[in-house]
Formats: sequence, structure tokens, C-alpha cells
Amino acid sequence: MTLPPPPKPDQPRFVPIADHAVLVEFGETISDAAHAAVLALDQAIAAAPPVGLRETVPAYVNLLVDFDPCQTDHAEIIAALRRQIGPATARRQSRQQHKVAVCYDPPFAPDLAQVAQHTGLSPEAVIAAHLSGRYHVVMYGFAPGYAYLAGLPPALRLDRKPTPVPNVPAGSVIIAGAQALVTTLTMPTGWWIIGRSATPILTGDPDRPFLFDVGDSVGFCRIGAGDMPGAAQNG
Amino acid sequence: MAEARLSVAFAGPHVTVQDQGRPGQMRFGVPCSGPMDRASAAIAQAALGTPATAPLIEVSMGGLTLRCDAGPISLAIAGAGFIVEAREKLGSWVVLTLHAGDRLVIRPGPWGRWTYVAFAGDLQVPHWLNSAATHAISGFGGGRISTGQSLTLTAPRVVTHMPRPIPCPVWARPRGRAPVVIGPQDRHFTDQALADFVSGPFRMTNAFDRMGLRLAGPRLALKGALSIPSEPILRGSVQVSGDGVATVLMADHQTTGGYPKIATVLDCDTDALSQLRPQDPFHFVPVSPDTAVARARMAHRARAAFLARLRHQTGASPTPG
Repeated sequence: MTLPPPPKPDQPRFVPIADHAVLVEFGETISDAAHAAVLALDQAIAAAPPVGLRETVPAYVNLLVDFDPCQTDHAEIIAALRRQIGPATARRQSRQQHKVAVCYDPPFAPDLAQVAQHTGLSPEAVIAAHLSGRYHVVMYGFAPGYAYLAGLPPALRLDRKPTPVPNVPAGSVIIAGAQALVTTLTMPTGWWIIGRSATPILTGDPDRPFLFDVGDSVGFCRIGAGDMPGAAQNG
Repeated sequence: MAEARLSVAFAGPHVTVQDQGRPGQMRFGVPCSGPMDRASAAIAQAALGTPATAPLIEVSMGGLTLRCDAGPISLAIAGAGFIVEAREKLGSWVVLTLHAGDRLVIRPGPWGRWTYVAFAGDLQVPHWLNSAATHAISGFGGGRISTGQSLTLTAPRVVTHMPRPIPCPVWARPRGRAPVVIGPQDRHFTDQALADFVSGPFRMTNAFDRMGLRLAGPRLALKGALSIPSEPILRGSVQVSGDGVATVLMADHQTTGGYPKIATVLDCDTDALSQLRPQDPFHFVPVSPDTAVARARMAHRARAAFLARLRHQTGASPTPG
């Protein structure tokens, strides 16, 4: 059996899934071009949803398109999507920029010293490097509100810990590989915990329950322990 | 205004509040949640004449015992073939009324894994993103039901004075065949793994929760050590971990993940699949995407017609409780 050629950003592969979805693949390995194509198609669909569309799920190199099988089918959806795929740059819209406030002080940054040791930087240099990153939201996953932020500076890139640490508090700012993430639940993680966010990602606002959209830009700014929520009560 | 109150004398693990869930949020890492067996939950609501969107309780094989502290209130039980005791021994698939002092025991019976208790009244529970469905890992939504807890229902009604059976349609029973469309990452598997996947058989195991059902069966070998970029996951995705073990993702699935998916169970067949018990054998049956859509439409028509008949029979004349 010969395999079909790998998909490309301008020549995606459409894979039917079950009775209700199509996976549009723009590449097999992570690349900026493939992700830009994912975001462009996601936006095009939002602007002009095909009949029967239920939702879309963007990831690194592919976009899941979920539909109501009582209203349409795989072939109709694929035909509609083919018409919406165009030059990625033509539709690039201004995306939102967000600032996330982070406290890097004890007790909120339990792994800062270890990250400094592994990277050969001072703790202050680790913080400066983290603050200098220009991040963007690649996708959500793992748990509600877990937004994967690409753009961690190369100096901070470490493999995950060999064993996950349990009960890492919600709001932890964690890093691994080329990514950063602000947690929303108390969960185990094998990523390195370098701070705590004062900016909730689950906003509690019914009109905008999640702070970020996929594709948005994110920057971090530093605050002291005294500026953390609840600091006054905790003394 | 009248209120019914039920206290939870005992609740096993994995007993939660559910409703139709919160579709449309997967892009934010939020699965739909909702019942493991959505079809049975809808039947319980229809049998009472309550809105399809109303919160209800999903009962696991751990069982549930309620005491009625203030009533009366009618409720409907449908899903797995469990044993129900309320003054007398009954089967599930029943509508009955609890009065103050009554005790309701629901425990595993001859078949199935999940059963649903719908109430002729408004169950007062927290909502998250417009849904009372419990997302088990976070606890968001209506929440887990635990021993000692009290449940309040406003506007309680009585729809029957004698226990009344609910017909159990054949499609609500677990089956030995799970139709799938192969893919989307089947290209990462060896030809032998693809053949073994189809020949099976697979069995359910004790390793399950609302996120997924781990299977026992043939080891499904990957072509090589792989690191694929995280991709979207759906309810029904059959993902295979590095050791070749298959897991079917269910109501509270992660929305993205890096394990390859060899196949995806048709959404309309995941309800019955969830009712298979540990050790129950079954086969994956590959179908084409066109057949899958035809099957989904047929299932939808059958369910809609059954629910409409049930609602019609239930009538629209409940008496105030």
C-alpha cells in the first residue's frame, strides 16, 4: 500500500471521522505555516459557517470540524471547506493581546531555583527571560481553560520532569519545551512551576468565560507577593 | 412554595448530576460532558414529561440510596437494568412516587453500567457555562453526589400513584458490536494492528471513569516510536497508548491529545457501548463514513419517534404535588 503524500498548508488532507466530523490536516509536524492555515480556516468558518456546523477545534497542525449528521454529511462539509481555504495571509485579522500578571516570589515559584540551575541562569535571569517572551495561544487541551502558549524563549526550554507532581494549585504558571501555560485547576503536572498568576483564565464572565481565544497574543508582567489576591488577609 | 427534599443516605463513586451538557466549547478545552448514556437519560425525562434539558442524576454501579424527607415527588429511573427498591422491589425502567419517609435504593441488577434518575421537579444544583452537567475532573457543574448530601427540588409534582413501567427499547441495551469509522490516525499502525483491531475481540475492564473506558484485547502496535502533535479528540475516539492498549474516550474526554486514534466509534453508538460491563466482550465493526451518517440519521429518527410517543403517553396533566 502506498501512503498518500503528506498534507501541506496549501494542500490539506480531509479525513472523515465517525458519523459527525472531518479532520482537516495541514501538516504532520509542527510548523508556523501549518498553524497559520489552521487559524485562517477556523476564522473563515466562523465568518461563514457551513450548513450543519456544530463547532470547530483548532490544534497545532489540524482543525476538527464537527457537524450534525442529520443536516449534512462528510462530503458536503469537505466541499464547503474546500471553498473556504484560501491564501492564509489574506484573512489575517487583528487578534487580541492580553497581559497576565505573575508573581515569581515564594511561595508561588517552587521550581524557579531548579529551572535556574538546569538552564545555567540566575533566578532573576529566568524571570527576565520569561517576561521577554512573546507568546500566542496555539490551542486549548488537557482540561478546561488550559491554553498552550507557544513562544517560550529558547534559553528556558527544558524537558518535563520525569514524574508529575500532584496537587499543583490553580493559577500556576508552568513551562516545558517551547511552551508556557497558566493552570486553571488544581491538578498534577510534570511541567516546571515558575510563578503564580493573579489573572484568572476562567474569567467567571458569562459573556467571555475564557480569557483567550486561540491565536491571541499573550504577554506576562511581574507583580509582587503583596499584589496577589488575598495577600492582605494572609498577611 | 412546595419543596421536596431528598437526603443521600449512600452514594457510590461516579454518581453525578448531569444534563444535556455544554456543547460547542471544545475549542476551550471543555468537553460536552452530559450522560454517559444520553439515550436513557432522555427516556427518563420523557417518561416524566419534564424538559429534556432538566438536570438529573447519573448512577454508577456503586449505587445510590435516597431518603425522602419532604414530598411527595415523582421520579423516573431508566438506563442500566438495575434493581430499585421503594416500598417494594422493582426493576429500573420505572416511574414512581416518593412520599416523606420513603427510602429509594438503586443497586446494580442484571445488566448495564449507568442508570438515570429524573425528577418531576426542579433539582437545585450549581450550573457552569449554562449547564448542570458535572465535569468530573474539575467538579464544575452540578457536582458529584456524595453520602450525607441533601437535594432540594422546587415545584415537585406527582405524575403517578402506582409504580408504572417504562418500555425499554432494544437500542438502549448494550450490544456486542461497536460500529467505527477507521482513523483519523490509522496510518501510524502496522497492518497487523489494523487487522487485530477488526478481529478483536475486546473486553471492557475495571479501568473506567467518565473520561474513558480502557479495553483489554489485542495489543495494537504502532509503526514506530512516535511523537505526533496533539490533535483534537472526540467522544468515541479510540486512542492507543504507547504500550498498545486501546481506550475509548467518553463524556468527559480531554479535547486534545498526542496518542494516535486508530478509529472512532459512531457517536450514536457510544451510549449503548457505555453500558457494557467489565469483562463483556465486543467487536469493533468498521463502516464507511456514508454508512455512518445513514446510521446516525436512522438512530436519530428511532429515538425521536420513541421519545415523542413516550411524551404523548405520559400526557400533559400532572397533578400538583
